[in-house]
Amino acid sequence: MSVEPMVRAEQVHKSYGQVEVLKGIDLEVQQGQVFCLVGPSGSGKSTFLRCINHLEKINAGRLYVDGELVGYQEKNGKLHELPDRVVAQKRRDIGMVFQRFNLFPHMTALENVVEAPTRVKKVPRAQAREQGMELLTKVGLADKAGNYPSQLSGGQQQRVAIARALAMEPKLMLFDEPTSALDPELVGDVLDVMRGLAQDGMTMIVVTHEMGFAREVGDSLVFMDGGVVVESGHPREVLTNPQHERTQAFLSKVL
Amino acid sequence: MTIPQDTAPPDRGRPEEIRAVAVRHPGRWVAVAVIAVLAAMLGHLMVTSTVLHWDVVGQIFTYSTVLSGVVKTLELTVLAMVIGIVGGILLAVMRLSKNPVLSGASWIYVWVFRGTPVLVQLFFWNFLGALVPTVGIGIPFGPTFASWNYNDLIGLFTAAVLALGLNEAAYFAEIVRAGILSVDEGQAEAASSLGLTHAQTLWRVVLPQAMRVIIPPAGNETISMLKTTSLVSAIALEELTRAGQDIASRTLYEIPALVAVSFWYLLMTSILSIGQYYVERYYSRGSNRVLPETPWQKVRKNLVSFQRHEGAVR
Repeated sequence: MSVEPMVRAEQVHKSYGQVEVLKGIDLEVQQGQVFCLVGPSGSGKSTFLRCINHLEKINAGRLYVDGELVGYQEKNGKLHELPDRVVAQKRRDIGMVFQRFNLFPHMTALENVVEAPTRVKKVPRAQAREQGMELLTKVGLADKAGNYPSQLSGGQQQRVAIARALAMEPKLMLFDEPTSALDPELVGDVLDVMRGLAQDGMTMIVVTHEMGFAREVGDSLVFMDGGVVVESGHPREVLTNPQHERTQAFLSKVL
Repeated sequence: MTIPQDTAPPDRGRPEEIRAVAVRHPGRWVAVAVIAVLAAMLGHLMVTSTVLHWDVVGQIFTYSTVLSGVVKTLELTVLAMVIGIVGGILLAVMRLSKNPVLSGASWIYVWVFRGTPVLVQLFFWNFLGALVPTVGIGIPFGPTFASWNYNDLIGLFTAAVLALGLNEAAYFAEIVRAGILSVDEGQAEAASSLGLTHAQTLWRVVLPQAMRVIIPPAGNETISMLKTTSLVSAIALEELTRAGQDIASRTLYEIPALVAVSFWYLLMTSILSIGQYYVERYYSRGSNRVLPETPWQKVRKNLVSFQRHEGAVR
């Protein structure tokens, strides 16, 4: 018997008004995989990522995380929207890291990390702080625990954001272009942290333009363009020997 | 940092300190002259006026009815602002809610309470007893379990607090709404991706950040409220303005009473301004790399830098 995939998308469609951004995405992300989504901007990869934790509602198709439908409940062949409270509950298990970090600017690094465990999981404050410090140590920022985000560099902020997401002990991590807003010399630190996570066996879906990272760490890669999956396979194969014309054209520009 | 010897520019010695002749500002001297003359006229009036009676001003300033008027004014301000702030936050959250009934109700509330003068509302609350003689608890259009006479329940003071507070809520709602809208959408997204509920996101993430935008106008509203309480004198509530008027009509020292009352208002608004400064400073943490200086720190720094820079070019 095969293990249930962490994420399964069946013909996922998403439109904003008249504009269809996702035109039928089919894919599976296995547990423990590092799954890379690449493609030109506007190809729908970030939108797809945001559908996985229901920040965006899909218009057609089915999207499952860990075997459960995202945002809906199926009863007698009819879909029922889940109440906000249940959606919030399910989001706890999915960590998300944003391109613009989105740290809470009025809280220190440690407070950012501790916020969700204490408020959502009701972890006792002292215990949450201890775990928070462990996570900050893991991302190499234990000495910055008391700093506000505005006192940190972009790379440091992104590493705090990763620690903040990890604090909820998610089973799946979503990375939405985590290094795109960073100065080139700061990218390496963030990728190192992500590499460490991959080694720990975390299931990760990464929207990225870092082809080096995808080749080295990725287990699977999907090239998207115009709202559809154009090509998929092992990163090394797709990146070195792209079959599709559009993949070739894109890679020739970014590699 | 040191520059390696071979790349350093040839040493030509430090050039002479610039001591230029400053630009003349004749306009400033004209302004000084005009203002000095006006100030002198005012000073002359204050010293020679036969109606000012500074000794009486001092007596009125500390007169017992004036002091209790000050207390009443402060009570009115605090209670009305509490109602205004709580009501304003509630209205703003309702207005931004996805529920059309709530947002519509909030819109109508703001429309009515901002669209009519606060003095009219004050009279309204005071005379509402004529429209609603009794207030009771029970089933609407059904039996009543307990009821009270409106005028017993809503005295002069309560009417004043309600009128000022509910009016303030309408204005404050717009301030809070602007504050909430000023917070980046990514913040709410990050919070909900962590599993925080709507309410937790609002209280823990969005509102604290909105505070930076809300506090400055909130301070202005409080200062404005302190002065608006003087309208309450129109329904014969003995607050500061009314206390001054009573003394004036009893003793005919109109001007000294007005001056004494004005000094009280000025004193209270000044204290509020200082408070506002420190509250703003508190909520700016995280958005500035360093906290802004307190006025006292500024004065000390200026004194030190003044001593240092004396004689140098400015």
